[in-house]
Amino acid sequence: MTTATPTAPVAAPTPRTTQQSPSSLTRARRWLFAPKTLIIVAVAGVIGYLALVPLYYLLYGTFFDAAGFTLSGFTRAYSANGIGRLISNSLVFALGSAALSLLVGTCLAYLNVRTDVPFKPLFFAASMIPLIIPGILYTVAWIFLASPDIGLLNKLIEPVFGPGLLDVFTLWGMIWVEGLHLSPIVFLLMVAAFRSMDPSLEESALMSGASRWTTFRKITMPLVRPAIVASVLVMTVRSLESFEVPALLGLQNGTYVFTSRIYFVLRTYPPDLASAGALATGLLVVAVLGVILSNRVGKGSKSYQTVGGKGFRPHPMELGRWRPAAGALIVGYFLMTVVAPLAVLLYTSLLKFYTAPSVAAFQSMSLDNYRELAGLSKVGTALKNSLFLGVASATLVMLFMSIAAWIVVRSKSRARVVVDQLAFVPLVIPGLVLGLALSFVYLRSPVPIYGTIFILLIAYCTRYMPYGMRYAITSMHQISGELEESAQVCGASWWQTFRRVLLPLLSPGLVAGFVYILVVSFRELSSSILLYSPGKEVLSILIFEQFENGQFTVLAALGVVMVLTLVVLVTLAYKLGAKVGLKQD
Amino acid sequence: MLTIDNLVKSFESDKRTRKQAKAAKVAGDDAVAGPARVFAVNDVSFDVKEGELFTLLGPSGCGKTTTLRSIAGLEKPDSGRITVGERLMFDMQGKNRGVNMPANQRGLGMVFQSYAIWPHMSVFDNVAFPLQVRKRNERPGKPEIADRVGKVLEVMELGHLSDRQATKLSGGQQQRLALARALVTQPPLLLLDEPLSNLDAKLRESLRFELKRLQRELGITSIYVTHDQVEALALSSQIAVMREGQVVQLGKPRDIYENPNSRFVAEFIGTSNFLNGTVVQQDGSTVTVDTVEGRLRVSSSAAVPVGSDAIVSIRPEAVEVTRSSAGGTLANEWTGEVVTRAFLGDSVDHVIRVGTTEVRNRSNPNVSVEPGTTVYLRMDPDKLALVPVG
Repeated sequence: MTTATPTAPVAAPTPRTTQQSPSSLTRARRWLFAPKTLIIVAVAGVIGYLALVPLYYLLYGTFFDAAGFTLSGFTRAYSANGIGRLISNSLVFALGSAALSLLVGTCLAYLNVRTDVPFKPLFFAASMIPLIIPGILYTVAWIFLASPDIGLLNKLIEPVFGPGLLDVFTLWGMIWVEGLHLSPIVFLLMVAAFRSMDPSLEESALMSGASRWTTFRKITMPLVRPAIVASVLVMTVRSLESFEVPALLGLQNGTYVFTSRIYFVLRTYPPDLASAGALATGLLVVAVLGVILSNRVGKGSKSYQTVGGKGFRPHPMELGRWRPAAGALIVGYFLMTVVAPLAVLLYTSLLKFYTAPSVAAFQSMSLDNYRELAGLSKVGTALKNSLFLGVASATLVMLFMSIAAWIVVRSKSRARVVVDQLAFVPLVIPGLVLGLALSFVYLRSPVPIYGTIFILLIAYCTRYMPYGMRYAITSMHQISGELEESAQVCGASWWQTFRRVLLPLLSPGLVAGFVYILVVSFRELSSSILLYSPGKEVLSILIFEQFENGQFTVLAALGVVMVLTLVVLVTLAYKLGAKVGLKQD
Repeated sequence: MLTIDNLVKSFESDKRTRKQAKAAKVAGDDAVAGPARVFAVNDVSFDVKEGELFTLLGPSGCGKTTTLRSIAGLEKPDSGRITVGERLMFDMQGKNRGVNMPANQRGLGMVFQSYAIWPHMSVFDNVAFPLQVRKRNERPGKPEIADRVGKVLEVMELGHLSDRQATKLSGGQQQRLALARALVTQPPLLLLDEPLSNLDAKLRESLRFELKRLQRELGITSIYVTHDQVEALALSSQIAVMREGQVVQLGKPRDIYENPNSRFVAEFIGTSNFLNGTVVQQDGSTVTVDTVEGRLRVSSSAAVPVGSDAIVSIRPEAVEVTRSSAGGTLANEWTGEVVTRAFLGDSVDHVIRVGTTEVRNRSNPNVSVEPGTTVYLRMDPDKLALVPVG
């Protein structure tokens, strides 16, 4: 008996293995055609298509012409007159804006998080600015404020400094406008950094006898250095990609940067696509390098977060006699970035023609511009187009990204890393470059998409895919896997589980993402400007056209309407929990 | 060494309470009106002698940390007076009105709850920092700094980790590093803010004794903040039990445990059985109380008027369980029935029903009685405490 027992278990598996091979084949076939697999493959395919095809065609269109491989586009683009100037302008503009936004944003964040500075609600309002005032309106507002001939601020200081002291149409003017517009984003990034820092790290330095200044220099600054470096990189890349500010302030006197140069090359007749592609490729490479570098820095900073697991009790530092000074600084910033641009837009929108404030100007005020707006058929079309594009792109993106997020977070598929990476690819593609790349694709495509509104829809979906992904992944992480498993145990199929359990649970996050995409799509200009065709204008394009035609007062009225619409949408997004404060890209 | 007089610190209450207070004021309803300011510390005074380990003990929100932070200079009290040795740190009363020395000039050592180890510095740099940031004319030279840091790291058994990145240390090592940094300047007073609360139970116990040994050997006056009564009993020379911004009892650990002056203190420090009753007789140091379950004799030095209400506090270990009665010859003998029993390794707990009351007992592991058994409870009058009502 005892000798026989060991043989039995060895013999048992042999017949089973012969039975297994056919069953595993049918299982493979069943797996391949299961709705789950089909849906996943379709979603991954769409993401891959949106992310990669434009890039491929951009490179193809740049390096290949009818005769085959060529570098002539590159030669034309980079040997053009003033290319050295272009590169140095781009760098000065990008680094200058980044530096200005960093200085302003970091100071504000420190005051807000770590001190008892007054007027704290103003910070919140100021941090909303990039969302509710699109870059193009912000730039136009600053033209009204600081142009050498008509600028309000110039008129204000003229008695002391003489006429035309401030000139927004210079590289410095561009840096000023871009830097101020970006500063709320740095503010939010740095607020997060200061909040995640244990205040007792500073307090223990004080207890060690270090002065406030030494503490700031030796403890605070080194600890937030990773966040500072990341902010500099992100802001530099964003300023490099910025189109509105260089186009509106630089084009008319020939101060080119990469983006405005690409636009200029495409607008001159005949448009030199290969040369524009070469410039776009250069811009893309720099942007990719910046993003890679900032991810590196981000990873390196994790080692600092190991200290202090408990929640920190905020003990704001008392500013004492510096409190009024800090308060004045905050009010000044608020007036400069929020009140002045909005007020000047409102003021201009009520005038017949732009003029400095005077009794006569105030007496001539009327709502004529708004009446004219209502009468313009173009405005109605643009509003309809903007709404359609916003709602359609937000719906499509959130729908696809919720499935993509499931693949990345829940599935054990090896494809999940690829899907994750692909969904974030558009983040590094500047809007103008994406517009150019898409025109490369659909100019060649046999399907008539170019010249319709659908090319804009594709552009919007591509651009906002990463934002949608971020929202979907965050909410997916908040749902325990057990909820899904228990649905499966109850007998639900994958699709049933997704539709009846996951989607309802995800919906708050998805709705928040939806509204956020709706908000940002309203201000989209840099992709649209290369892709729209007459009759398919969106609101921001209309503003751009009116600027070029010199219809400042009607533009201002349209701007006011747009800002009001965005205020409503942002409020809605905020109520729905779309962390509009911290979810900045 | 450290003297605190009439310390008061209040905070603006949050928006909701403030609104309620305003609304109630408008309506003329003073009863509902919440306070516009919340008093975190409300008239706290105490004295700490040289070399003592003085503990501020209490539940969260009782004001113990605010008191400590006021001593440190990290919080500015509304009024009161703080002196360390001969030096006046803070005074908002008397003739020196308006003295508030900044935290970085008080020269005290402090260990934070999170340790606040600077993650961007090495172990050595963390400890050297307090010496390096001194004013130029008071700053020791580089070799002396290295020497002093080396010595204090040696005492803390961290000498071999001197070059290590501070974040690479274990919890216990970080705690000792924080202590080393606080002690390197040889401060007259060491402030400890729940320094053991971030550690797991085993480590906490061993470090508790380590801390006590170090404090004794270095003879350094320390203020210790904790919400853990076991820690407070094990470590302290004096304990101040705090509640809602006020010190409710101050004394040696044994006094506070054996003679709590209120039900709150008795409950907060250990578990206790409470029985309501009326004082029927006082005979020297023995008070006789009629409780709902019978008569009890309690040793008490305080004079209590006959006929007044009182609560008798009975610690579980003061209840002795036996199967045989002494036959009425002993005072404080009750009969009851065992309801549940729990074996805890180093002790056995019984819950015994006496009339309508359930009494907790803690016994030696060799005393173990089946549930359902009728037993006799004996309570030594010396181990019972009379707690004033309210």
